[in-house]
Amino acid sequence: MPDVMLVNKPATTLTANGDGMPALVELQAATLKYGQGTLALSETDMRIGDGEFVAVVGPSGCGKSSLLKLVSGLHLPRTGNVRVQGQDVKGPIGICGMAFQNSNLLPWRTTLENVLLPLEIVEPYASTFRRNKLDYEARAKKLLKAVGLEGFDEKYPWELSGGMQQRTSLCRALIHNPRMLLLDEPFGALDAFTREDLWGVLQTLYLDQKPTVILVTHDLREAVYLADTIYVFSPRPGRIVSRTDVPFERPRSLPMTYQPDFVEMVQHLRDSITHS
Amino acid sequence: MFKTFLSAFTSPKAAPWLVTAGFFLVWELGCLLFHVDRFILPRPSEIAVQIVKQHEAIALNSFQTFYTTMLGFAVAVAVGLFLGLLVGASPKIYKGLYPLMVGLNSVPKVAIVPILVIWFGIGTVPAILTAFVISFFPIMVNVATGLATIEPELNDVLRALGASKWQILRKIGLPRSLPYFFASLKVAISLAFVGSVVAETVASDRGIGYLMMAASARFDVPLVFAGLVVIALMGVIMYELFAYIERRMTFWATRSQNPTI
Repeated sequence: MPDVMLVNKPATTLTANGDGMPALVELQAATLKYGQGTLALSETDMRIGDGEFVAVVGPSGCGKSSLLKLVSGLHLPRTGNVRVQGQDVKGPIGICGMAFQNSNLLPWRTTLENVLLPLEIVEPYASTFRRNKLDYEARAKKLLKAVGLEGFDEKYPWELSGGMQQRTSLCRALIHNPRMLLLDEPFGALDAFTREDLWGVLQTLYLDQKPTVILVTHDLREAVYLADTIYVFSPRPGRIVSRTDVPFERPRSLPMTYQPDFVEMVQHLRDSITHS
Repeated sequence: MFKTFLSAFTSPKAAPWLVTAGFFLVWELGCLLFHVDRFILPRPSEIAVQIVKQHEAIALNSFQTFYTTMLGFAVAVAVGLFLGLLVGASPKIYKGLYPLMVGLNSVPKVAIVPILVIWFGIGTVPAILTAFVISFFPIMVNVATGLATIEPELNDVLRALGASKWQILRKIGLPRSLPYFFASLKVAISLAFVGSVVAETVASDRGIGYLMMAASARFDVPLVFAGLVVIALMGVIMYELFAYIERRMTFWATRSQNPTI
């Protein structure tokens, strides 16, 4: 696959990305199996730096979501190792914010109350929740404003459009300043315009808080627009086919996505998926 | 003028009154038209007369029925809620209890009244217990369903935050199963009336069920029907009460799920 090799620059030339930072997440020959049968992820090695934005792309059913379950500690590897902050993962690690394709908001809570949910669970916020509620509400409102939902705090999720629900979901994932943000096709169900809008929103939030992000997506333009590093996975059982570093400066803009070097990178990624 | 008059009658608010009134009107006219004997099917007007004439006995016995029904229903809510949470929260307990519960629910409740009589004698206790046994099942099943159908992703969001099982139950499980719970209360209260009246007809010296048995023994068919009407009325009132509470408590589940913006 010569064309893929072009994109996969040697690791030594990378200083701005993962390799230059202390590793937050390390996978060593990690394998995930569901029940007795299906091998979801086979012998995967990965090293994600602190503050790195990683995108994982690949055909459906290639174990991309399984990767998130491993990293968050929701599932444990069958063989191999998953380490976060230098510690072996033995259960849910509690430093993650998660968002999915479905916004999963609680219909009995207002937008504001939905965003506040993690603060009722994660320490040190949970034990002081009652006392500091006003502070936390101010913080949630600031976050909602940042994603363009000012004035919607008292609305219920079913009064919001799909894009607005997904913005709220992002706020909920970020309200507790998580070290790690795990996104499983968060924009997959949105129309193209809303999706591109939300790329910008996510980029702003990322630059603001600098969490480590793992974004699972089908959309190659999305991956190149947002990520520092893109991993391409093979069909089941999931395996890393290639690792690509994205050199473009941030903040990135939508017009940039039509520039020749951007388009070329998307094409190379597309080819590497076809040949995997 | 005539149009507004007509639309007042066809508005959704008037519909239940209109249909009910129509039902009794057809009944009344049908009996008159075909000269139905009052020992076969008394006219609503004859039943109304009997209700007024016998209001003291009816009031006393319907209070007894109401009281046993509500007590049995209260126990059913407590037990149904508890078992529902247990069964919904743990697949193991669900699997374990399932055959026993379905078996128990399949037993005709009339059949257990004689057993209850052996244990507790005739009267109030068998009526309460029959009302309980017949009405706790739908509550349990509904609460368990509400808990068991939590979206796995939502579970993951909270688990990844480090939430305990208890926290997930309190923040998501309980509020999510509330609509299921309130919906089941409407079904359960109707069933509880069935249970207590069945027990009263078989083994009691008080209650509407007893009153109807006694009346039929004296061929006082209008009084039998008066008992039926009173039970139906109590059932409708309690059903409406729980429907009202349901609307108040779980407005988010009954409102439109479609985005309005």
